Amino acid sequence: MNEQEKHFKHPSFYPGDAPETEHPFSLYISVWILLFVFSGFSYMVDYMNVEGYLRWFLVTVFAFLKAGLVVGVFMHMAWERMALLYAITLPPLFLLALAGILAVDGSFIYYIRDLFMSLTPS
Amino acid sequence: MSSQPVSFEESVPDNLKGLVSDWSSDVQTFKVRWSKAMMWIFLVSDTFIFGSFLSAYMAVRLTTTEPWPNTSEVFALHVGGADIPLLLIAIMTFILISSSGTMAMAVTSGYKKQRVRTGVLILLTALGGVAFVGMQMFEWSKLIFEEGIRPWGNDFGADQFGGFFFMITGFHGLHVSIGVIYLTTIAVRVLQGRYDRLDDYQIVEVAGLYWHFVDLVWIFIFAFFYLW
Repeated sequence: MNEQEKHFKHPSFYPGDAPETEHPFSLYISVWILLFVFSGFSYMVDYMNVEGYLRWFLVTVFAFLKAGLVVGVFMHMAWERMALLYAITLPPLFLLALAGILAVDGSFIYYIRDLFMSLTPS
Repeated sequence: MSSQPVSFEESVPDNLKGLVSDWSSDVQTFKVRWSKAMMWIFLVSDTFIFGSFLSAYMAVRLTTTEPWPNTSEVFALHVGGADIPLLLIAIMTFILISSSGTMAMAVTSGYKKQRVRTGVLILLTALGGVAFVGMQMFEWSKLIFEEGIRPWGNDFGADQFGGFFFMITGFHGLHVSIGVIYLTTIAVRVLQGRYDRLDDYQIVEVAGLYWHFVDLVWIFIFAFFYLW
């Protein structure tokens, strides 16, 4: 073992790697099944032709539930220290701001386009 | 003074106080290996790429005055004399979620340093990725050659549909393909005993993070592009 490997393996280098990051297969299998169930639910939303705001709401809720399971359990974020958890999960919230702004702006653009196109002789 | 040494978890608890301490004490902020921290940071940047794609898609879909194509119609699969909506997509979702499950098990086996089990589970995961990309190729060729969907127009509705479809699913498919290569490399190294010699399997966990992220992106593409 060379010097670099010794340093790499030194326990103080990664004190956060606690043995509790080991979990039984059963945990992953139950999350796996839950992911299937939520996917099935969102598929049913389409299959049963749920329309409008209820459709968008249900699809979004199931997507975020699945995302939470994948990030929390499969990617072990639930067992990471807060320093990493917040550094990774907070920045993407800016995307919600972007989507929100675009959604508000979008209805205005749609209105103006609709108005413009109704004035254009075709 | 107690002679008992204080463990790291006791001296810097994992609560808000610990959070402040981790970020402010002139020490390494993330108490994990850098390989893992950097993979997470890369994934955040990738989140912004896909997030921006999906936000742009939302903005265009909101502002186009032409109706958006009905996805359950466009992506229907003709099986046994009936059109089943989104059948192929459902199977692709099933495969990708399953491959994420096998990857999670590979990571756990890696912690236990079970060489063969870890390697086989990673290979199984990569196989799921290959199946996914294969089905995506089938989906693309059906849409291009049979339905005549192009990035600049189609017969189902708004012209922008094709552009966003090919850009978003194509970029995701590229991630899956790269993931297959990445995972195969890691699996070969596991089976060769490289991480046994190092006595360190954390590379498996880092590769797993990437693969789970690919699954994560698909969850949102499935929800926002195919189902909305």
